[in-house]
Amino acid sequence: MRLSYYPGCSLHGTARDYDLSVKALCSSLGIELIEIPDWNCCGASSAHMTRHEIGVRLPMRNLLIAAELGNDLLVPCAACFQRLKAADKAIRQDPHYWDLEGYDPDFKILHISPFMAQEAILEKIGEQCRQRLEGMKIACYYGCLSLRNPKITDVKNFEQPRSLEKIVSAVGASAVSWSHRTECCSGSLTMARPDIARALVGDIILAAERAGAEALVTDCPMCQANVESRQLDHGGPVHLPVFFATELVQAAISGEYPAKQQRLHLVSADVLRRAVSFSEHREATS
Amino acid sequence: MTDKSISPGQGSTKLLAKLKSMNVDVQACFQCGRCSSGCPVTEFFDLTTMEVVRLAAYGMEDQLLTSSTIWLCAACETCASRCPNDIDIAVLMDVLRELALRKGITPAEPRVPVFHQSFLDSIHHWGRAYEVGLIAGYKLRSGDVTGDMKLGVKMFTRGKLGLLPHPIKGKTEIKKIFSGTGKEYER
Repeated sequence: MRLSYYPGCSLHGTARDYDLSVKALCSSLGIELIEIPDWNCCGASSAHMTRHEIGVRLPMRNLLIAAELGNDLLVPCAACFQRLKAADKAIRQDPHYWDLEGYDPDFKILHISPFMAQEAILEKIGEQCRQRLEGMKIACYYGCLSLRNPKITDVKNFEQPRSLEKIVSAVGASAVSWSHRTECCSGSLTMARPDIARALVGDIILAAERAGAEALVTDCPMCQANVESRQLDHGGPVHLPVFFATELVQAAISGEYPAKQQRLHLVSADVLRRAVSFSEHREATS
Repeated sequence: MTDKSISPGQGSTKLLAKLKSMNVDVQACFQCGRCSSGCPVTEFFDLTTMEVVRLAAYGMEDQLLTSSTIWLCAACETCASRCPNDIDIAVLMDVLRELALRKGITPAEPRVPVFHQSFLDSIHHWGRAYEVGLIAGYKLRSGDVTGDMKLGVKMFTRGKLGLLPHPIKGKTEIKKIFSGTGKEYER
């Protein structure tokens, strides 16, 4: 299978490990990724929140590049996914306004976890697992932008999504039932109003802990950075690491969780290393 | 809530026309409050989400554009996704923010638009977000020089912050997008 790939700015910056784990995972699954040439920033929240025109035209340039390649477009970042989808819809609605008469590319824009949660891919993941993460309790955390607004994302069950739960179950971990799966972490405010981010992240972490989770798993790079960093300000007794879904699955497939990758977390990521080696121990003794 | 008088007779017809052109039907609100009750940031707002929709239906531009709510809205889109009357409240917030900036109204939460501007400057310049540059730009403009110093150092030493920008080849196309070329008739 061949897919076009739009990493987006975060995956070339603070979430570089997300980029690496997506690539490693796709290579394990026999999916060829072709990064679309000379892509630009999607504009993220800042563009659509303050400059509507630019908020459509920035992702539009990427859509036109992807349309030339023709393959479906894989997007790991929730914000990029939402912005690309929003621009695609806006242009289809009024191609004349956007000077793109006849705009009708037929490639799909795919967010990574619904893509991974397809039956055939879950099966492949399950088969390839060297170390199942039995016993690891995970709170699946979706955040906002891969789900909302469903008019943009086309996600049907946006209040009760299941894709991350399916993915973590495929590698043997157990997904806890908890309250804050689709709550906002206020990532777009984290620099200007860290106090708000601290309050929202605090609630999310407490809820995950209440449900007995040892870690969170997400598919949004802003959530990952914000939820890990803003819990540090709390100084509370509970700190939960936030793993990317691809990072968790890749650890299970390779049977390794390298120290180098662990160090990229701001909160101790030891629980995943232990889950990998615990399974190792179990296998050796069974 | 504000103590200024609220009356449809004094409302901005231009705002109402703008919302109509963006398919935001604020008149459809029957005040069920679902938008406000699901809002994760509501406790920090001066106007609740439902009040924003109601004021917009009356065209009460001044109250809206000077509110802190338009800047503290995190754009999570929970309200718009849940509205039983399908009012696109997220787009309403976008329209209000853009209008406030275009009119040069002093924002109730000045650091938020400063952050957005720093982010957009970074894209304007490089074609992609350059994290270190945008953080520096934000800090200089907002005056928030010391905030998150420890976090920044921690992220840097862990290799999470790249020192150098990643300019794209098509920078002139990006400059064109920012200049609004092609949309001279619509402005």
